[in-house]
Amino acid sequence: MLPIDDVFRLTLIGISQGCAYGLVALGFVLIYKATEVVNFAHGDFMMFGGFAVLTFSESFGLGFWPSLLCACIAMGAAGFLVDALIMRRIIGQSQASVFILTVAFGFILRSAAGMIWGWNPVSIDTPFDNEVTIANVTIGAERLAIIAATVVLCTALYLFFSRSRLGIAMQASAQNQLAAYYMGIPVRRQVSLVWALAAAIATIAGAFMAPITQLDTNTGFIGIKALAGAIVGGFGSIPGTLLGCLLIGVIEPFADYFFPSIKGVSAYIVMLVVLFIRPEGLIVQTYMKKV
Amino acid sequence: MQVIFKTSYNQDINILSKTGQYIRVTLLVLAMLTAPLYLDVYYLSELGMLLVYVVAGVGLMILTGFTGQVSFGHAAFLGIGAYCHSILMSMGVPFFVSLPATALFSGLVGMLLGRSASKMHGFYLAVATLAFLIIVETLIGEWTDVTGGYAGFSVPELEIFGFYFVEMWQQYYVDLGVTLFVLWGTANLLRSPSGRAFLAVRDSELSARSLGVNIEWVKIQSFGISAAVTGVAGVLLAHHLLYLSPETFGVLESLKLLLMIVVGGLGSILGAVFGAIFVSLLPVALSILRDVLPDEISQQAGLEPMLFGFIIVIFVVFEPDGISGRWRKLLHFFETFPYYRKASFVRQKSYLKTERMR
Repeated sequence: MLPIDDVFRLTLIGISQGCAYGLVALGFVLIYKATEVVNFAHGDFMMFGGFAVLTFSESFGLGFWPSLLCACIAMGAAGFLVDALIMRRIIGQSQASVFILTVAFGFILRSAAGMIWGWNPVSIDTPFDNEVTIANVTIGAERLAIIAATVVLCTALYLFFSRSRLGIAMQASAQNQLAAYYMGIPVRRQVSLVWALAAAIATIAGAFMAPITQLDTNTGFIGIKALAGAIVGGFGSIPGTLLGCLLIGVIEPFADYFFPSIKGVSAYIVMLVVLFIRPEGLIVQTYMKKV
Repeated sequence: MQVIFKTSYNQDINILSKTGQYIRVTLLVLAMLTAPLYLDVYYLSELGMLLVYVVAGVGLMILTGFTGQVSFGHAAFLGIGAYCHSILMSMGVPFFVSLPATALFSGLVGMLLGRSASKMHGFYLAVATLAFLIIVETLIGEWTDVTGGYAGFSVPELEIFGFYFVEMWQQYYVDLGVTLFVLWGTANLLRSPSGRAFLAVRDSELSARSLGVNIEWVKIQSFGISAAVTGVAGVLLAHHLLYLSPETFGVLESLKLLLMIVVGGLGSILGAVFGAIFVSLLPVALSILRDVLPDEISQQAGLEPMLFGFIIVIFVVFEPDGISGRWRKLLHFFETFPYYRKASFVRQKSYLKTERMR
């Protein structure tokens, strides 16, 4: 049996890892809700965003927060353009084509990042590099920072989607594009804006993940685990997604501890088990069509 | 343009209907049969590899192109096929028993996956198959007693009825025979009621169900057949690789298969063939491109995946029907020679098909 301190430590690590997955998964869910496209390149958007923060802070000499802001704006613009130039043209094509297209974005982003910033892992200077002790457990401040970032970002998003005019318009166009269009909402621009928002969130996730796992071109593969978490929770609802990511995040360190031979696979096993029992995740989002 | 005069109902479901098709297919098969006469060993092995990918592409095409179920995990069946066959062969099981046994085993695993996946749809399925692939890869790597783990597993020599098929041309004929059988079988499947049910499920689950198609059973069937065919491709691949390791059957291999059928053209057997040709020629084209480009660009390590990515983007955006769609247009141009117009194959306006209401 594990001593209680270790249980607490692993849980805390798990929660912070789960929050990290949740940050990435938020972007997946936003894009999925708006366009029913699953952006398999989202993890690579995150990696690219992390590198963008690095560039702004090192080459332009900005501090962490200003460079985070600049990187968010830059990546948001990139996300907007991806939708406006490419994704908009392939609406209605078969899912396989759309999936392979977003996977292709991932390839392009990964090689572009490798060409620009090199293939070796780098680290970002963040304000959270000290260690914090809570009840006999010492943990890196960057892990707590991720939890805080997730909470703040979720609150901000909740307020944005429930209070602001733009957020409500985005919700409307996600729920029924045609009806929203008739109400005078510029649906196409909303969709592109959702892509921009998702890319900006990915940048934040990348910046906060960078101190924990060093940043390199393969950082984006964390996106697959975030996707697994989002599916466990039932894709398409933000609370469900966060729940699923937390679940996966907490199970993972324990599973790695007890069964080291299947290190890194536990998330997928959890996902498959959940999908066997509930094929649409814990919180169901689809409905059968009535004729 | 040849107008077909139909004299019987069976003509509607002929695999080949036009004279031109008969001529092209006959010429192609003849060219393939005589290939060892005029190709040297290197090109022959490349051609054999191409045939392996044709089989694998047809396998994935049955599931993704015809039944509409996207799988990111088909390399797992390639791996299962390769390992199962090699293990059986090394236990002394003859080739002609081992090949069907492997197909059966792979098909059963596919049906199991299909059974659990038949209720999922869209990207749930894609990610579930991806997870399946990662788990299979890990399993192969960790189950050292049987599979040799990450150290690898050497494939026994290809032996049929006591004859050792060590020369490349002999192996090539085995590949060719299996490929022709798979192509013929798939074409036959597609004109059978089961094949039609696959297409119906792809186009609309709701209308398929209202016509009395048992959707879950169709999906399980499709998974099973697809996995069996891909498993057979794995068998052939094993004899080409000679040495198996779990990393060979990873996510990248799966993506390669998916890229193949998307670029080749979803929803036609021809698409799988074109896709396999494309994937086989791509490295050659890239190496030529490297010679042409200036050193600063061509020496970059990430050039290959980047071009890969750009090619996919270009195909999906500009030619969603893939190479086989382009080929159909070309044929149509020649068949109706002076009358081809831009509007002959105009793309219909497409709308977002929602998944939330099924």
